[in-house]
Amino acid sequence: MGGTSVGEIKKHVKIYVMVFIALLALTLITVTISSLRLGIAAAVIVALIIAVMKGSLVASYFMHLITEKKVVYLALILTAVFLLALLFLPLTTYYDRIGK
Amino acid sequence: MEHVVTSEHAAHGIAHTEELSFWRKYVFALDHKVIGIQYLFTSLIFLLFGFTLMMIMRWQLAYPLEQVPIIGKLLGEANAPEGIMVPEFYNQLGAMHGTIMVFLGIVPLAVGAFGNFVLPLQIGAPDMAFPKLNMMSYWSYFLGGVTMLSSFFVPGGAANSGWTSYPPLSDIATFGQTMWLFGMVFLITSSLLGSINFIVTTIQLRAKGLTFMRLPFFVWAQLVTSFLLLLAFPPLEGAAVLQLMDRLAGTSFFLPSGLVVAGQPLSVSGGGSPLLWQHLFWFLAHPEVYVLILPAMGIVAEIIANNTRKPLWGYKSMVYALIFLGFMSFLVWAHHMFMTGMGTVISTFFQATTMIISIPSVVILSALLVSLWGGSIRFTTPMLFALAFLPMFGIGGLTGLPLGLAPTDIHLHDTYYVIGHFHYVVAPGTILALFAGIYYWFPKVTGRRMNDVLGKIHFWGTLVCMNLIFMPMFIQGLAGVSRRLYDGGQQYAHAQGVLHWNVVMSMAAWALFLFQIPFIINFFMSIRKGKRVSENPWQATTLEWAAAPSPPPHGNFLTTPEVYRGPYEYSVPGHEKDFTPQNEPDKV
Amino acid sequence: MQIPHTTTARPETGLVNAKLGIWLFLASEVMLFGALFSSYILLRVGAPVWPHGAEHLNVPLATLNTIVLITSSVTMVMSWASLMMKNFDRYKLFMGLTILLGLVFLFVKGFEYGGKFSHGLFPRESTFFAIYFTLTGLHGLHVLGGIIVNSYFWGSGSKMWKTEPERFTNRVEVAGLYWHFVDLIWIFLFPTIYLL
Repeated sequence: MGGTSVGEIKKHVKIYVMVFIALLALTLITVTISSLRLGIAAAVIVALIIAVMKGSLVASYFMHLITEKKVVYLALILTAVFLLALLFLPLTTYYDRIGK
Repeated sequence: MEHVVTSEHAAHGIAHTEELSFWRKYVFALDHKVIGIQYLFTSLIFLLFGFTLMMIMRWQLAYPLEQVPIIGKLLGEANAPEGIMVPEFYNQLGAMHGTIMVFLGIVPLAVGAFGNFVLPLQIGAPDMAFPKLNMMSYWSYFLGGVTMLSSFFVPGGAANSGWTSYPPLSDIATFGQTMWLFGMVFLITSSLLGSINFIVTTIQLRAKGLTFMRLPFFVWAQLVTSFLLLLAFPPLEGAAVLQLMDRLAGTSFFLPSGLVVAGQPLSVSGGGSPLLWQHLFWFLAHPEVYVLILPAMGIVAEIIANNTRKPLWGYKSMVYALIFLGFMSFLVWAHHMFMTGMGTVISTFFQATTMIISIPSVVILSALLVSLWGGSIRFTTPMLFALAFLPMFGIGGLTGLPLGLAPTDIHLHDTYYVIGHFHYVVAPGTILALFAGIYYWFPKVTGRRMNDVLGKIHFWGTLVCMNLIFMPMFIQGLAGVSRRLYDGGQQYAHAQGVLHWNVVMSMAAWALFLFQIPFIINFFMSIRKGKRVSENPWQATTLEWAAAPSPPPHGNFLTTPEVYRGPYEYSVPGHEKDFTPQNEPDKV
Repeated sequence: MQIPHTTTARPETGLVNAKLGIWLFLASEVMLFGALFSSYILLRVGAPVWPHGAEHLNVPLATLNTIVLITSSVTMVMSWASLMMKNFDRYKLFMGLTILLGLVFLFVKGFEYGGKFSHGLFPRESTFFAIYFTLTGLHGLHVLGGIIVNSYFWGSGSKMWKTEPERFTNRVEVAGLYWHFVDLIWIFLFPTIYLL
């Protein structure tokens, strides 16, 4: 990242601090909600949404993904598609079985 | 393989002027060409070893329970008392033949050797992006290979639960299986490091003017292959970790509840799923088969363009088909699991994706075939191998169709038909292409050609024998003979009518070995005594031929090449020569 | 012999080699942990009963660990920002904190594991414990790897600041990307194992 001025870095630092606070808040929220012992479906959805929010903050700001180049985005989108296949397709063979 | 760096090269400022020690130059080498050659020799030795395992198996299949000649006594009391092999040893041979051929032989040869040596040269780069990572890739592969081989010598012998290592059997197998798992971790690490290197090199180090659509098809094939390795191997690594936990920490990731072994219930927690292993394994192993074929297609494409003296027909379609193929390869894996009790909805999904994936394969094969039309075909030794690849891969691919459709798979699953299908694609398919590549690029590596007469004997013998080995497998499979039977089906009534083919196939296998001898002699003889040739004896257009000396020095090029045109400008109207190299500017 | 684009970006892609390399490595790590998460899903869905994380695991301690790891991510990015602002002492401070927080994380993890072992709860106890130990164990190994790399860049590796400051800054950025990724995995691991 050559050519970034000290002033710009200071702006980034401000953002890092805000992201940090957001992450702490979201962590406390997710723990609190889990203590409510919602039904499994609701619990999973809420936990997933919060985790995705936290993950997006870390990826976008700490990992600078928000200003990253196209090539990297391409590789990551491809990975995301295959990850979803890996997470969910095996489940389909569990739910759709002969003689169930 | 000496890189002779003369003072003229040094004057151009790209030569490596400090003299490296023997260890730094040839053992812990950082130069992609040396590493490529390391991969070449290591993988060829492993291929030969895997072949030997199969030759021993084929004795048992042709003459079940008869004493193995010559080496029978050497196999040891545990494996072959009185020289007659026991089923557990046959299973070791089977599991290790598959593992060694796929992971220690073909992929390191196709990707590690060819990819490493040729790719930087074809893109006009001085080396790979990460030379140290490249070196670590090779040594990780080497360690994996040593681990796998030494497993034969531990109590209980090598892994014997198939190259697919299905639990629960693999979970309770002897120590050799644990070594298999550790060996796989080394190999997967090697692959991962290598694939990162190949992708970054191809994207970042292309010479000026070398746009993506001017890349030789070989480079595209290696790029897509690297993405497959990068993203598909980690789930198998995860699965290996889980199986290691089952075997070493007593977990039940893959052990269902209520499992009984030898009359005794296993004292484990249970609750695991053998199918989980299958999903994770095949998630890798399906893309892995495309890893086995794509570099071969890349090699064949180069050789066909060069020896027809015309551009490849449908280059753009081939590239798009390649990319689509790579993508789809991640979505078909459960066609290896049709018989595990899946319902019709999900079965239909995987049948559909499997049928769809055959389309890009056909596009690529057809384009290569059509590329021959109207060409001035030169029947050089590499071209013979490349031409034979086409119908052999065709048979392999077509025989896959009844396997990819569940109703027919019911009858053919786990029979010799499957073995015939996949061997056709890999043996008369990929291996023929890899031989083609060796004959083709030998002059670039050594500055000499291999002998044509020996080459043609090698070719015809190999082609005929391979067909004699694998064609009868379809017959046996259709008759219902199961795979992995240590006596070749002798005990089954339905096999009796087709048993005689075992003798034919075994004879052909041993003959196939004999026909590799001219190749081995040719290879080593030509390194020292082969006819010396110019830098570009094949009159090829791609940068490794047109811009680099034979052999290329450290840094590859005397001057950094610049690219002005596509990869296959053969017989361009209005040009003097019948080939126009990529780095030749337009005449002003 | 120089490899192009090790320190200056390739104009077409806007990247230096190491940046692309590390992202590709992280993509492969996503698939590795993805396989273990997929295993978790399949095992849990197929199980007749599955305990809520809080029944067997120490949620407050793990929440503390989550905060520790998130904080270490902040100190990591601050260490890089310090180098961008040419402040080497600040870099040392933040990188040192990152390493320390990483060690705290591992220490707490070790304490957690010890607690389980002393109650006779090992991976073989049930598929719940099996996946708990395996997922957190593999993650812990990755944390350890990151600590080792960061320690090198804090210690003898930091000599490069004097001779090639920009290249050193890039290296710290790349190490940071790995470290943030390890934090990212935990962000998903923690609720999955402890809160559901």
